[in-house]
Amino acid sequence: MTGFGVLSLVTFFPIFGALLIAAQNRDATRNIRWIALYTSLITFGISLYIWAKFDNGVATFQFVEQMPWLGGSINYKMGVDGISVLFVVLTAFLMPLCILASWESIEDRVKEYMIAFLVLETLMIGVFCALDLVLFYLFFEGGLIPMFLIIGVWGGPRRVYASFKFFLYTLLGSVLMLLAMMAMYWHAGTTDIPTLLAHRFPPDMQWWLWLAFFASFAVKMPMWPVHTWLPDAHVEAPTAGSVILAGILLKMGGYGFLRFSLPMFPVASEEFAPLVFVLSVVAIIYTSLVALAQEDVKKLIAYSSVAHMGFVTMGIFCFNVQGVDGAIFQMLSHGLVSGALFLCVGVVYDRMHTREIAAYGGLVNRMPIYAFVFMLFTMANVGLPGTSGFVGEFLTLLAAFKANTWVAFLATTGVILSAAYALYLYRRMIFGTLDKPALKTITDMSYREVAVFALLVILVVLLGFYPAPILDVTAVSVKNLVSNYEAALKAATALNVPGR
Amino acid sequence: MIYHAIVFLPLLGALIAGFLGRAIGPRPSEIITTLFLGIAAALSWVALFQVGFAGETARVPVLRWVTSGELDVSWAFRIDTLTAVMLVVVNSVSFLVHLYSIGYMHEDDSRQRFFAYLSLFTFAMLALVTSDNFLQMFFGWEGVGLASYLLIGFWYQKPEANAAAIKAFVVNRVGDFGFALGIFGTFAVFGTISFDAVFRAAPSMAGQPMEFLGYQLDTMTVLCLLLFMGAMGKSAQFLLHTWLPDAMEGPTPVSALIHAATMVTAGVFMVARLSPMFEWAPVALQVVTLVGAVTAFFAATVGLVQNDIKRVVAYSTCSQLGYMFVACGIGAYSAAIFHLFTHAFFKALLFLGAGSVIHAMHHEQDMRNMGGLAPKIRITWIVMLIGTLSLTGVGIPHLIGFAGFHSKDAIIEAAYAAHTANNYAFWLLVVAAFMTAFYSWRLIFMTFHGPTRADHETYEHAHESPWVMLIPLLVLALGAVAAGFAFKAYFIGDGYKEFWRASLFEGADNHIRHAMHEIPGWVGWAPFFAMLAGFSLSYLYYIAVPSLPAATARAFEPIYLFLLNKWYFDELYDFIFVRPAFWLGRLFWKKGDGAIIDGLGADNLASRVLQTTGRVVKLQTGYVYHYAFAMLIGVALIITAFMFHDIRALIDGVGR
Repeated sequence: MTGFGVLSLVTFFPIFGALLIAAQNRDATRNIRWIALYTSLITFGISLYIWAKFDNGVATFQFVEQMPWLGGSINYKMGVDGISVLFVVLTAFLMPLCILASWESIEDRVKEYMIAFLVLETLMIGVFCALDLVLFYLFFEGGLIPMFLIIGVWGGPRRVYASFKFFLYTLLGSVLMLLAMMAMYWHAGTTDIPTLLAHRFPPDMQWWLWLAFFASFAVKMPMWPVHTWLPDAHVEAPTAGSVILAGILLKMGGYGFLRFSLPMFPVASEEFAPLVFVLSVVAIIYTSLVALAQEDVKKLIAYSSVAHMGFVTMGIFCFNVQGVDGAIFQMLSHGLVSGALFLCVGVVYDRMHTREIAAYGGLVNRMPIYAFVFMLFTMANVGLPGTSGFVGEFLTLLAAFKANTWVAFLATTGVILSAAYALYLYRRMIFGTLDKPALKTITDMSYREVAVFALLVILVVLLGFYPAPILDVTAVSVKNLVSNYEAALKAATALNVPGR
Repeated sequence: MIYHAIVFLPLLGALIAGFLGRAIGPRPSEIITTLFLGIAAALSWVALFQVGFAGETARVPVLRWVTSGELDVSWAFRIDTLTAVMLVVVNSVSFLVHLYSIGYMHEDDSRQRFFAYLSLFTFAMLALVTSDNFLQMFFGWEGVGLASYLLIGFWYQKPEANAAAIKAFVVNRVGDFGFALGIFGTFAVFGTISFDAVFRAAPSMAGQPMEFLGYQLDTMTVLCLLLFMGAMGKSAQFLLHTWLPDAMEGPTPVSALIHAATMVTAGVFMVARLSPMFEWAPVALQVVTLVGAVTAFFAATVGLVQNDIKRVVAYSTCSQLGYMFVACGIGAYSAAIFHLFTHAFFKALLFLGAGSVIHAMHHEQDMRNMGGLAPKIRITWIVMLIGTLSLTGVGIPHLIGFAGFHSKDAIIEAAYAAHTANNYAFWLLVVAAFMTAFYSWRLIFMTFHGPTRADHETYEHAHESPWVMLIPLLVLALGAVAAGFAFKAYFIGDGYKEFWRASLFEGADNHIRHAMHEIPGWVGWAPFFAMLAGFSLSYLYYIAVPSLPAATARAFEPIYLFLLNKWYFDELYDFIFVRPAFWLGRLFWKKGDGAIIDGLGADNLASRVLQTTGRVVKLQTGYVYHYAFAMLIGVALIITAFMFHDIRALIDGVGR
């Protein structure tokens, strides 16, 4: 219960690597890259150890560590449950891929770049491990800074605009969240998350707290209509930045809903569910249509991300086991699939230095391996059964049908639209004859690139056919979350809250 | 073990050809995939004898799949007579198509890929027909859709092939939209999506209401209609049929396997498999009948005037699928599957025969450039004749006939016995039978008879296909002749109950078999005369007086153009779906995201921070966008209120 444990190790190990890099001469780029890779691989190893030791049968937090920190009742407290543990693994898994993907494409300020990524990894893992409001907030907001720099320094031509847009959007949301956290502290007298999970806030207060948290999480997801920072950020970010953005940072919003909004403010959640449903359905249909019209491949995938996150928010606010299971699965799967898709874009971007779809065409003629990999992730993005993309989409829609048939009906149109935009993109880039002069000499993926994709391919197919490794981990925690939610709601109704 | 082998051998073949194909070369890839399919086909016949005739049924669990709360789905094989029949159809045709493709594709550079796709398709199809629950069926359903997409677009350099592939996938997804909702609804109602449990509980839900889109509707009707939407997409039924003719852009063996014998019949299989649900939804069954009858008629009308040899056969397929759905809709499931079974032989035969013609003519598909080919490719001509005799249902009632005769006439008779309103189903099918005979003989006459219209060189070089292509044709021809009388007794004869047992369900109100015994004598002869009339008219038009077609087309030009342009469905859909989708996409992007959301929020703020106020913010009349943004939020609130009938809570909420 006390002292540092394995969660602190997995969280702060990347910082250790960052310090090592800081000590290097800035010209020693080869060393820097290898240190970064080894650090992230070891971190991934530690996360696997945590996954292996994780007890699927327990709903409470595991590997808990607690130390006095800021005085008063604010502690340094870490722990994971079935909802958060796999996000730690996902973060640690994607990071080595990001470093490999940046191996040759980043030549400028390699030292600072790798430090930024490793610091970012610490902050992201910290978000999923933190069990104290203040600690959570620090990790949650701290992550903004390295990401802001990654876009602003190593990004594309409009990087300054994009990074400010990203920063302001997310910051404004989190200021409100900070106020809410202060209010929670004054009311409950603690910032300890497990204690707060059992704390019953009065319904009126829940209402405001929910909205404040919502402001932050909705931007992070991102939900319609606060999603417009995402396409710009993706377009300007370097490949690895996009992978992290889509793979991990977007998941913090969904994780936040599950960790805070649902269990702590159940009455408000119930009340606002219709709003979330509407925004989710709009996100699915609206952004899918927008994706159809895109001319920039990264923007297209970014918009498709927003649509996929619509399934997540919809699933979470169905308040049943399938919905929450599906939402978590969808987030993890989307982390792999959208990450992989951005890596796919990176492969051709490194060769051609353009993201314009019209600049490509007929790539299969010279890049058969690439065409296969891209096809597989396109299908996963479309939610084809047998890929991981299907399971989450299926479960969330299944849950939505129980909650509200209109929501399910409208959201399911997403399966038609996603097929349309994804296959249309594939056709324009990969199929056809290769007759653009600039593409005549394009080369297929190198061994390094194949290595980056190999595990992603295997995982996406494996989890499609056998999703148990994920669903077994989440099962007990999700069941606990849903039954606590229902109990809290029942208790609140028993108190007969006027007007509701 | 035998079932594992049947299902997984094609997958293994696909993986070997797909991933090792480059290393081992095209010929070994062809041999391995074909051999595996041969073994699977042989085992399938063994399975049919074990299950259909010896009465064994089985449930073979394979692997856990999705577990979430009360939802618990596994991969498993459900083996009963219906599955066994489908195994035989899928694997036999697939094996013959693999064999045929060795010859047909021999000039192609990426044969490994082709054979990998063919085997992958077969695996997905087998997963579909062996499914034990809705989710696995959906997996197979979408899996065959993927394979179909890949194979239609196999020649990826051709823009038409790419367009057709996307169209096939997206239109099928429209159907799958309904299928998926049907599965969600089934789970919401029954709390499970395993076939056995749902079938057991179905009677108790008959006549019960459920809430759907704000209405109280009959549970089984809603579920069955949603599920049927999937069947309409996959089986290219009226309104969702537009992808099938375009799918002919794929290599011809693909058309034979996927778009004639197996995948497109998945919808029929689905309705038969779910007969324990559909039998409790009489309204849904009426819709199935209506859609089937209209499709049978509609597709036949379009088939009358097409000039591409493959498209004629494609519309014929569409039309024959309509027959099968009529049979399902009136409760004659055994007749539907019987027709599915015989159709697989003669339609695969016709497609592969057409492929042999195309092969002989160096990739010419337009029948206007053919004619007089019979002496050049005699075996192809003979097997095509057999296929046509079978498709048009040649036979003498109560005596003898080709395979298609037995199954098709059974459906037409059942349609009469079902007494649909004004006997519309019966009459549409009889008229369709007449048109079938006309366009089928038109195909034969235009391709093989009369003076040739091909240019001299092509005609001179027209040559018979190699034996590796002819043998599959001969085997299928045997089926097109004999599959009818050999299996009739089991499929729809007096012994049909012992053959099908529980795999097809007939409710207590289903009297179709009884009624079929009481139809008047002339009903059995109606299709016979329709067929004869179609043949005669075709002979008149294309052999006796060859100037008649052009004259008729001139005389009835509007009708001719209407049919030639397939009732203008493509243009209609382009106008009401495709263009608006792109238009909306651009609108939401430029105006919604760009002008309104960014115009008010992010750009505004970002630019202030960046001290570039003048350029971005005042670029447009900022106030308009503020207003629009407020409006957008208001709209979202109103929709919320509308959708959830909970205005009060909202007003309370806003009021605080």
